[in-house]
Amino acid sequence: MKNFTQYSVLFCTCFGMSAQAEVALDVTYLSVFEAQPPTLSNLDAEPVDIGVAGALTGLDDNITTGRFLGHNYALNVVQLDDGDDAIAAAKTALAASPYLILDAPPAMLLAIADLPEAADAILFNTSSGDLDLRDSACRANLLHTLPSDKMRTDALAQFFLTRRWDDLVMITGRHPQDVSYAEAMRSSLIKFGLELSSEKTWEFDADMRRAASQEIPLFTQDLGDYDVMILADELHDFGRYVLYNTWEARPVAGSEGLTAVTWSPVIEQWGAAQLQSRFEVKNARDMTSQDYAAWAAIRTLGEAVTRTNAADPATLRDYILSPEFELAGFKGRPLTFRSWNGQLRQPIAIAHPRALVAQAPLDGFLHQVNELDTLGLDQPESNCEVFQ
Amino acid sequence: MIRSLLLSTCLAAPAYAGEIWVTNEKDDTVSVISTETLEVIATYPTGERPRGITFSKDFSVVYICASDSDAVQVMDPNTGEILHDLPSGEDPEQFVLHPNDRHLYIANEDDAITTVVDTETRAVIAQIDVGVEPEGMAVSPDGKIAITTSETTNMAHWIDTETQELFANTLVDSRPRHAEFVKDGEQMWVSSEIGGSITVFNTADQTELGKIRFEVPGVHQDRVQPVGFEFTDGDTHAFVALGPSNHVAVVNADTLEVEDYILVGRRVWHMAFNADKTQLFTTNGVSGDVTVIDVASREPLQSINVGRFPWGAAFRP
Repeated sequence: MKNFTQYSVLFCTCFGMSAQAEVALDVTYLSVFEAQPPTLSNLDAEPVDIGVAGALTGLDDNITTGRFLGHNYALNVVQLDDGDDAIAAAKTALAASPYLILDAPPAMLLAIADLPEAADAILFNTSSGDLDLRDSACRANLLHTLPSDKMRTDALAQFFLTRRWDDLVMITGRHPQDVSYAEAMRSSLIKFGLELSSEKTWEFDADMRRAASQEIPLFTQDLGDYDVMILADELHDFGRYVLYNTWEARPVAGSEGLTAVTWSPVIEQWGAAQLQSRFEVKNARDMTSQDYAAWAAIRTLGEAVTRTNAADPATLRDYILSPEFELAGFKGRPLTFRSWNGQLRQPIAIAHPRALVAQAPLDGFLHQVNELDTLGLDQPESNCEVFQ
Repeated sequence: MIRSLLLSTCLAAPAYAGEIWVTNEKDDTVSVISTETLEVIATYPTGERPRGITFSKDFSVVYICASDSDAVQVMDPNTGEILHDLPSGEDPEQFVLHPNDRHLYIANEDDAITTVVDTETRAVIAQIDVGVEPEGMAVSPDGKIAITTSETTNMAHWIDTETQELFANTLVDSRPRHAEFVKDGEQMWVSSEIGGSITVFNTADQTELGKIRFEVPGVHQDRVQPVGFEFTDGDTHAFVALGPSNHVAVVNADTLEVEDYILVGRRVWHMAFNADKTQLFTTNGVSGDVTVIDVASREPLQSINVGRFPWGAAFRP
């Protein structure tokens, strides 16, 4: 276990609000080591503090607000190394505080959520888009501030439909994340009445940094003509080499090219520029989707404490899942939780690396409850029952 | 604030001629619109990302928040010449001029600070810690209270202008953007963009008197986002910009009921009246224009193209 840092700031000044009682919220950020397979390119090194930096930015926001109300916030950051016992670390964290922000693979999220010590806790998934976690494998104590993969593929499907790009092909990688992204995409295309005219699996072992311009035109030639090529390459292994090397001159979307993302440095509307700038000044790098999910988790708790003047998990959970809760998340709409599966509703950015192209839900995609529920699993199709 | 400016104007100037000054956030300019011809008669360069704009009481200078230049610029409105910059703290977004015509209360959006600057000595006389992303600014007509709203902390912070210290902090709905004192300072109104509401406070004890909510037919509730608002003569009605719903609401200031919705340009931010308050000019950020509303009939009259992303608006006779 490395980097066990305690960021604890206690403000006793009440700035003119002396009548408020003291309320303190301690949260643990636990990141579980997950080995990633090698990728063709080593252009993008993942920041070591991914997620953590977002949580700390959210903590600062909470502290600034809390000092006017006599509310104190602290965050313990625990980052595990390969071989560390994640369950033991989770138990230790839960003994100290019922609030746990998790960066962990899906199986580990469930193992921690199922601990007896976590029964009355509030856990946040900030790292996995796995749909099952929001569906039949949902847990009443596990909330999700990261969108499901399906929310992101639905966003792209809405965009394809709006643009009338209805002739689609897909290339899928061989990693489990690629396969599940491709599954989510297929189901999104069906949902919006689109279909794939052709599919291929990425099977190269060659070094595409050198061979892409020779190999990819041939590899994509037999896909025929189409409107958009979708790539399911969630680990960013081969996708970057496909762009501009396809046989047909067509746009690329999915994991590369036009992407649907939780957060991106190109988001600047709706006051987002302020959050981006706060984050960049503090961390000297761009804010990622996982940072945003961790920021949203800690801000969710902060917002609930601010509005309820309480710090016990039962009160906070009730408030967070109630219609009264809303988070201003710099996405142009109030963010709320789906009370039936614990997913944070949020607009999804459709962007390329240089600009925002659109924001889903797109105009015209209507819903009887909330337009944001046109993205991802909707209540009638959900198999999540523990929230009822 | 514009209300008190206008009162003195009406007494002094019998003619109804005047100008609406609009800051263009993404063009680094101000556009000057004639309220007679409804045309842009001048465009002047400013510092980077101009947003808040207000005139001195005698209209001899105009103050402009140049957010990305980290300065409040002082411009000669007759020539468009920048006379000098005032120290403003980082990223000034909005400000309000104290009735003493000297002290500017400035929201420093990136720093969670309200800066008070003396426009004569050009010195910072106080910096007050407020919530995250301060934005809306107001000052009571008697000058005793200044307000800063903070967008992420979701509060109105009440500043005692004698001591330059906070004496109260009141929670409002998400993302408060704009504040105004109403009815000779008896009430203080705050709009909440994401919360979709205006909260009305009793100034004397900072208690909540009521809340105004908006429902624009055919527009999803989430897109109805109140931002700037201004009051008609006698504070009988408020005109409220509703952001990406592309409408302005007309609110009865006594009953707090919404009486009308007026279609304007896209993402309407702020507004200013002409001299006799018969016309209202709204800045529409996304469509890059200004909508002129006839106040009596509550109908839009015409659109005027200005620069990119018009934001603030202020009137001078």
